Amino acid sequence: MSYSFLRIVREALRGDRGWRPAWRDPAPKPHYDVVVVGGGGHGLATGYYLATEHGLANVAVLEKSWIGSGNAGRNTTIIRSNYLLAGNEPFYEHSMKLWEGLERDLNFNTMVSQRGVLNLFHSDAGRDAAARRGNAMRLHGVDAALLDEAAVRAMLPWLDFDGARFPITGGLLQRRGGTARHDAVVWGYARAADRRGVDIVQNCEVTGIRIAGGRVQGVETTRGFIGAAKVGLACAGNSSRVAALAGLRLPIESHVLQAFVSEAVKPLIDTVLTFGAGHFYISQSDKGGLVFGGDIDGYNSYAQRGNLPIVEDVAEACMALLPLAGRLRVLRSWGGIMDMSMDGSPIIDRTPVAGLYLNAGWCYGGFKATPASGWCFAHTIAHDAPHRLNAAMRLDRFASGALIDERGAGAQPNLH
Amino acid sequence: MRIPCPHCGMRGSEEFSYRGAAGPPPPAADAPAASWHDHVYLRDNPFGPHRELWHHRYGCRRWLVVTRDTRTHDIAGAVDASAWQPPA
Repeated sequence: MSYSFLRIVREALRGDRGWRPAWRDPAPKPHYDVVVVGGGGHGLATGYYLATEHGLANVAVLEKSWIGSGNAGRNTTIIRSNYLLAGNEPFYEHSMKLWEGLERDLNFNTMVSQRGVLNLFHSDAGRDAAARRGNAMRLHGVDAALLDEAAVRAMLPWLDFDGARFPITGGLLQRRGGTARHDAVVWGYARAADRRGVDIVQNCEVTGIRIAGGRVQGVETTRGFIGAAKVGLACAGNSSRVAALAGLRLPIESHVLQAFVSEAVKPLIDTVLTFGAGHFYISQSDKGGLVFGGDIDGYNSYAQRGNLPIVEDVAEACMALLPLAGRLRVLRSWGGIMDMSMDGSPIIDRTPVAGLYLNAGWCYGGFKATPASGWCFAHTIAHDAPHRLNAAMRLDRFASGALIDERGAGAQPNLH
Repeated sequence: MRIPCPHCGMRGSEEFSYRGAAGPPPPAADAPAASWHDHVYLRDNPFGPHRELWHHRYGCRRWLVVTRDTRTHDIAGAVDASAWQPPA
């Protein structure tokens, strides 16, 4: 059943009795060509692209809970491709291009809104760093505009431009960046993958990975053994736990990242805005709530909830940037568990176990990567070799020294 | 989250900075590169009790080994790092 305006009209005239579930609820088959572990955005996108790009339909995506119940439902929905390093930028730009065509691809309204992403700076040094990153982006064919203070004032006149500590002196704007509706991305990929024959199996937790002769045979689950020629792990947040089932020890720590949404207000912020003197980002949802967040709490955690010092830190950054927010009430806060890798960049690669593939280490940047992550992971699984776009995102780069460290912070995940 | 500092008593976690897992000491300087890779980059990242280093930065400035459950943030105890021996 295709979704369209005509379909809505027809269903409205017929009492909306014709709608059907957007995806099936199949029992797992005894054997698949590929099993993807993790029914978040990345896992579902992997299933979708395995079917559409590589002609593999005997595929299952296994999810321990309901799809989209983990980080796909806990992020701040920002999409952008404003990275500095050559190992990252072409990958994220591919993701942006997939975002731009995603609604047509999936026949689903993922509410992609290219409202721009503006990274503010507050000093000459900050301006130099922004210019360097903007130039790196443009060398990769990505849009970037360096705005002076007057241009930022014209966009967002209510910011605190003249604060004594962090006066706003300009910003780096990626106009094609913006936001997308996180749940719709999950549902859109699930529905589109299901329509191409991919089994989405919910409430099916992987409890073991069966390996014989150095090659993966399938996965033990709470719904029995499921054989598979190839298994892809896409369970960021819990990557260490699932990879340990195959005897792997990963360059990853799990950390909690909090996010917040305010009560709804009239249209105020028509872009995605980031503070350059602290870690803080904010946008406005279509319902009117201000969606914002900052740093990870900074200690290992699987608890999906954070502590008060970071709430205070985020609130301080918010007040330094937009004092008018001080009269808003916070409606909700929540936490998600991040795979913090040792250089701040992700891993999409084969593993030492034949037929076992790893998609992990997304730190707090996984949402924007969803389409390209699934696209590249599907390629890596189907061809048993990485695509050039994820060729640098290797698992063994920590041994070889070919790190992708945007921040230059080293193997200390709470500094990335 | 509050941490029971053995020197200062129960203090808010905002007085402390976090280093990471408390583990065995680094390999010898001439150990193979693989040993150094494992030490610097790989983590157990346990789902459950975790022994970890916290620095009482805005207090006594001692390094502590704290045992904390990563599922709940419950803290079972803290000792001065100089009094702690990594498990063999």
